[in-house]
Formats: sequence, C-alpha cells, structure tokens
Amino acid sequence: MTLVAAARSELTKQFTTSLWWVLALVLLVYVGSTAGGLAGLFAALSNGTLPAGGANAPAIPADALPPIIYSLATAVGYIFPLLIGTLLVTGEFRHKTLTPTFLATPRRGVALAGKVLAGVVMGLVFAVVALVATVGLGAAVLALLGIDTQLGSAQTWAMLGRIVIAFVLWVLIGIGVGALVRNQVAAVVGVIAFTQFVEPILRTVAGFVEGVSGAARFLPGATSDALVGASFYSTLTVPAAGGADTLEWWAGGLVLLAYALVLIVLGYAVSWRRDVS
Amino acid sequence: MPDGHVLEFAGVTKRFGPVTAVDHFSARVDPGVVTGFLGPNGAGKTTSLRILLGLITATEGTATIGGRRYSQLRQPLQTVGAALEASSFHPGRSAANHLAVYARAAGLPLSRVDEALGTVGLADVAGRKVGGFSLGMRQRLGLAYTLLGDPGVLVLDEPSNGLDPEGIKWMRGFLRELARQGRTVLVSSHLLTEIQQTAEALLIIARGRLVFQGTLADLTAQDEQVAVVDAPDRAALTAALTAAGLDVEVLRSGLSVRGADTVAVGAIAAAAGVALSALQRRGPALEEVFLALVDGAAHQSAPDPGTPDPPAPREPDPDPATDADADADADAHATQGGEQR
Repeated sequence: MTLVAAARSELTKQFTTSLWWVLALVLLVYVGSTAGGLAGLFAALSNGTLPAGGANAPAIPADALPPIIYSLATAVGYIFPLLIGTLLVTGEFRHKTLTPTFLATPRRGVALAGKVLAGVVMGLVFAVVALVATVGLGAAVLALLGIDTQLGSAQTWAMLGRIVIAFVLWVLIGIGVGALVRNQVAAVVGVIAFTQFVEPILRTVAGFVEGVSGAARFLPGATSDALVGASFYSTLTVPAAGGADTLEWWAGGLVLLAYALVLIVLGYAVSWRRDVS
Repeated sequence: MPDGHVLEFAGVTKRFGPVTAVDHFSARVDPGVVTGFLGPNGAGKTTSLRILLGLITATEGTATIGGRRYSQLRQPLQTVGAALEASSFHPGRSAANHLAVYARAAGLPLSRVDEALGTVGLADVAGRKVGGFSLGMRQRLGLAYTLLGDPGVLVLDEPSNGLDPEGIKWMRGFLRELARQGRTVLVSSHLLTEIQQTAEALLIIARGRLVFQGTLADLTAQDEQVAVVDAPDRAALTAALTAAGLDVEVLRSGLSVRGADTVAVGAIAAAAGVALSALQRRGPALEEVFLALVDGAAHQSAPDPGTPDPPAPREPDPDPATDADADADADAHATQGGEQR
C-alpha cells in the first residue's frame, strides 16, 4: 500500500513540472529527425534513387533497413530515459525536497522503491514517444520510398518490445546514478559525457584493438544494443572492425539489468540512507 | 479531532565527526500547550527536530512520538505535521501540486490540499508556481504541508522567519488554537520574544544540551528585580550605589542595579546629592535570563519535575575556542561553525 502510494507520489512529481514533456519533445524531435533522415537516405541509396558514391558508403540491404531505423530509439535515444531517471532522484537533492518526501514516506527503502516503480512507468512513456519517432516517422518514410516496413513481422514487434525493456532499464540505471552522485549538475554532465563521448570512444577503440572488444561488449551502451538486437552503430562499425562480437540479446538485457540493480543498491547503501539536513 | 501525542527525547546525542551537535538531550513535550524550543543558532535545535522526525540518525538515544519512532508510524503525515525549512519546494511546481505530491504519498484525498491551502490563506495562489512565492508565502505553504493530514502533533522550525508582523500575529493565534484543541505543538525559535507570547512551556537548548525545561512562569520567577538608573554624573552615582553595597552594571542606557527597587535607588541618590536623569524598574527581562541560561553563566537547574534526566550543572566556559567548537551544529558545521545571531 505505502509502496503504491509512494509510486503515485513520484509520478505526481514527474507530471507536475515541465521537465518530462520538454524532454519528451526533444526526444521526439531529435530521434524523429534522425530516424526520418536516415530512413530517407538509406532507402534512397538502396533502391537507387540516390547513386551510391564513394568507397565508404555503407550499403545496407533493404530488408536490414527497418530494424536499424526503428532501433535508433535506443541507439540514439537512450540518453533520454537515462536523464529522466537521473533527474528523478537528483531533483530531490537539488530542491531539498527529500525532507518532505521522507516525512511522508519515512522508510527510505520504500521511498526508493516508489521511485523505481515510477521510473518503470516513465520508461514506458518515453519508450512510446521514442517509438512514435522511429517507427511512426521512419516507417512512413520507408513506405514512401517503396521499402517494406516489416511491421507485419513478429520479429520486428519482438524487437520493439525489447526497445521498451531497454528504456525501462535505462531509467533504472539513471535512478541509481542519481542516488549515487546526488549533485544534479555533476550527474547530468557525467551521464552526457559518458554516453556521448566516453563509451563511443571506447567502443571505437575496441573495434581496432585486439582483445579489448571482448570487454567492450559489456559497456552499458553495448549491452543495450545487444538487448535490442540491431543498431545503427554496430551495423556500421562491426564489418569495418572485423567482427567485434556482441552479446546475445538476453545476455545483454541481463547485464543491463545488473548495471541498474548494482547502481540502485549502491545508491541506497551509500547515499540514500544518509542523514537529511 | 486527532489526538496529541507526547514527544519524548531520551538521551539523544548526535556527533558529526568531532563535533557534538546534540549532547544527551532529554526532554518531554506534552499535548495541549504550545511548547517553545529555544536556543541560539547552532545550538542543536534543528538537529534535534530532524532526529525526532527520522531524518537524521541519532548517535545515541531515542526520540519518540507517542512512544514510537517516526519511521514506525503507520500514517506519518496523519500523526505528525512538520515544517523544517522554507525552501523545500520545486520552483516550477504549483502550490496545489506541491501538496498533491505528498497527499498522494500519505494516501490522503486531494480535497485536503484545498482545505490546507485555505487554512493558511493561500487558496488564491494555489495554481501559481512556488518559484514566484515570497518567503512569507513559502512559510505558509510549509505550514499547509504540516496540516495536510490533520495531525495531532505539529513540529515547526522557526516558522516566523520571513513572515510580516500581520503574519506573525496570525501564526501565534493559529498555534494557540491548535494547542487548545489538544494537539502537541513544538515550535523552535532563536528569539525568546518571538514565542514568549505563544508558548506556555519552554525548552531551552544551548550547545546541544538542555539548559531549561519548564513553564514561562518558571523562567520569569528566576528573574531578579532590576532598577535602571542614570545621572549626568555617572561616576558619583556609581560611587554612591557601590558604597550602599549594591551591584552596579554599566549599560548603554544607564546603570543597571540588580536586586534593588527604584525607591531604594532613588533614596541613595538623593542622600548622596546626585541628580538623576532617569530611574525606572525594568520589567521581567526574560531575554536576559534566556541569554544567561544559554551562556551557561547563571541559573543552572530550573525547578523542573518533568525532566527525566536533568542536565548536569555546567561551569561557565571561559574558553572561546571551546565555545566555537561546541556551538557548531549540523548547518553551522557544514559552513563555518560558530555562527551567532
């Protein structure tokens, strides 16, 4: 009962400030324009509307294109659920609202579990927005250029389901990061730096250095891509790197879940139970 | 009508590293009266209250509400309403939504939000974002939060900060009414004058220790009669009074004579041929008693049957270095320590 009440309270927090819809709007525009643009580009390349020029131009067969476009939701958009999860916790530190939160829900574990439950809901909401952007827009562009959208295939829908799971897990990872880091600015900067610079560089390096690729599979972004099962980046880089292997989808999902659990448990033990003054 | 509960601090101690913010603090707060919780800034008031509310873990001792720790309360907001600081808001959230968040957490109907806002006079601005609120409005919103669950216990930390005189007057009447209904009302302040018109019972804390527990009348009884007298020729007046065996203290406004009434002082001056420019009896100087208690210089143990663990008499502490150390509590510790009024 109190857990449900705590989760409802957290969702009320989420939907009574403008943060959620601003982030959702940016997600829609950013991921949508990426998906629409790339769908148009690669569809035109594959059906010959655009001449394939240059030796580096990746040739993606038409039947591989839809999953790549749809999975841009996570490949490009996973920063959004990660941010919403982080802010869900650091906002409390920033605005000193932990005091009223803990007065209303004195058991710290219940308060954090309420955030996790609310985070699951936020993950679902953001996944829907991201899929509207990639599937809605991407499939429309593909269909327009005469490429099969594969929306009739069970495989495609299974992948969309895995994208939803990935979104939820990213929110939970954000909750763990937020609880551990506490400082909102530091957490947001850290999350952006890691996902946009550190991990891409590591994964690129891993593609060229023998023996590192095995470890790079376990980077959070890589496990997320493995879970979803198709990614713009891995499709482009894997052949070039000579077959850097990825995890099985379920293994990727489990590793991503492990990241979330470890971070949340650490955040609870190290930071969440501290004195609030 | 919700029941008030007895609040009990038993040997509560909190150390932040080498600093002891609260030192074996034991006190009891009864329902039905407004209890003032007094002490200078950094004395440990806020830390004690946060321990009572389960926000800070005590190093030793327990603080309970009706015999239970805060974390054991089944319906915390319906039992205790607490306002600790005027800045616990998301600036982008409206006043009504701010309260709705916690009404949800406590399983309260949302109708309580409007009722609470109405009680504190914020109904007109319910839909406005808290970021645009004045400090006084934030204090009222903090009070509305405490009233959400219609609790039998109210714990307010410096609630008058930022209120205008009208707001302070309203707050006084409001707190008295809540106590009259049988609730427990604990109000902290660093100014005696601020709560002497509201509080019937007093707890005074200094350097983390309880230095007084009793009624306002007990505190007044400790006061001695003081005559304030002045003359253009202060030296002659001082000499005459000292010759009469009186204790003279030089103030800005004249000489303060402890333990003498105005008639006696006037007679001494007349006999010595000193022309006076002022002579008056000073009313009960509670503030001075308070300051003396806080400084640990006078009036050690108050007549006090209610204290389970009376504080040991303290020696006056002349060492300023130790003072600065002991004065730091949670917030002061975080900044620079030893902040004074």
